[in-house]
Amino acid sequence: MLTVVIVVLAAGTYALRLSGPLLRDRLPLPAPVRVALPLLAVCLIAALVATSALTQDGGFAGWARPAGVAVGALAAWRRLPFILVVLLAAGTTAVLRLAGVR
Amino acid sequence: MFDLTNAVSVFIVVNMGSIRRAADRRMIRDVAAFGLAAGFVGLSYGALAIAGGLPAWAVVLMSVAVFAGGSQFLAVALVTAGSPVAAILAGLLLNARHLPMGMAVADVLGTRWPARLVGSHLMVDESVAFALGQAEPERRRAAYWLTGGMIFVTWNAGTVAGVLAGRAAGDPASFGLDAAFPAGLLALILPTLRQARARRVAGLGAAVAVLATPVLPAGLPVLLSLTGLFALGRGGTLGTPAAPPGGDPAPEGTPAAPPGGAGRPC
Repeated sequence: MLTVVIVVLAAGTYALRLSGPLLRDRLPLPAPVRVALPLLAVCLIAALVATSALTQDGGFAGWARPAGVAVGALAAWRRLPFILVVLLAAGTTAVLRLAGVR
Repeated sequence: MFDLTNAVSVFIVVNMGSIRRAADRRMIRDVAAFGLAAGFVGLSYGALAIAGGLPAWAVVLMSVAVFAGGSQFLAVALVTAGSPVAAILAGLLLNARHLPMGMAVADVLGTRWPARLVGSHLMVDESVAFALGQAEPERRRAAYWLTGGMIFVTWNAGTVAGVLAGRAAGDPASFGLDAAFPAGLLALILPTLRQARARRVAGLGAAVAVLATPVLPAGLPVLLSLTGLFALGRGGTLGTPAAPPGGDPAPEGTPAAPPGGAGRPC
C-alpha cells in the first residue's frame, strides 16, 4: 500500500512537472499570454511566499515566522546579499521563538 | 531510483561546462544557501517520517522519486493517519502548481528530450524562482540546473541523515527554517516585483491565496492566485501604463523578450 502511494504520488508529480514544458510547445497560446507566462510563475511564487509566511495548516502561523520573513524582506529590499537575507530571516524567527514568541 | 540519480549526475556533468561559464561565485554561494537550508528540512522530514513509523526505504524512496517537500510531509502525515488515498490526492493537489510553473520555465529546459526529462524532475519552487531572477538565458539555465541539482543532493542527503538520526534531529522550526524559505523566495522575485505590472499581479495573487487558505485544501489557494493575472486586464493589458520608469520601452512592453532584457528577467 505504501509502495502504491509513493509510486502514484511520484508518477503524478513528475507528470505535472513535465506537462508544463510540453504544453507550452503544443498549446496554441496567443502571443500576449505567452508573454505573460513569466508573470504567472512570479504570481505563484508570491502566493507561496505569502501563504507560507502567514499560514500553517489553514490558520495563522503565529508572529515569529512572519516577523522573520519581514526582516528578510527588508534585507532583500536593501539589496543585502542573498545568504544574509536567508540567515536574517531564520535568525530573527529562531531568536523570537527562543524568547517565547509563538 | 538509482537510474534517476545517475541520469541527474550525468546531466549535471554534461551541463557543467555551460553552467560553470554562466554561474559566478555569487550565484553558487546563493544557491548553496538554499541547498543547505533544504538539507536541514530534509533532515527533519526523514526524522519525522521514521518517527511516524514508515520504513527507511520508503522514506528515502519518496525523497528521491517524489522530490517535493510539502507533499512529502503531507503524505507522511496522511499515511500514518491511515488514509493513503487522501495522501495521494492531497499531495498531487499541492504539486499541481508545477504545471503552470513548468510552462513559465519551458525555455530554460529547452527542446532536447534528455534535458526536459531530467530537468522536469528538478523543478522545485527554488529552481524556478532562481531561474526567473536571471536576465540572460544562459544564466537562467545555469541557475535552474544548479539550484535543482544542489537541492536534489542536499534534500536526499538530509533525508538519509534524518532517517539515521531519528528523534535526535530536532525541530526545524526552532532554527527558523520555516521563515528562511519564504524570505529566500521573496528575495529571488524581488527584482521582478520592482515592475509595477508584476507587483499588481503578484500582490493580487498573494492576497487571493492568503484569503483562500482557511477555506480551501492546501495547494488550491496557490493555484487560485493565478486570478492575480486579471490585474493585467485592469489599467490596460500588457505593458501600456506599467512600463517601469527607468526601463527601455521594449516593444509591447514585453519584459520577457529574450534579446537585451538587461536586469529585467521577467
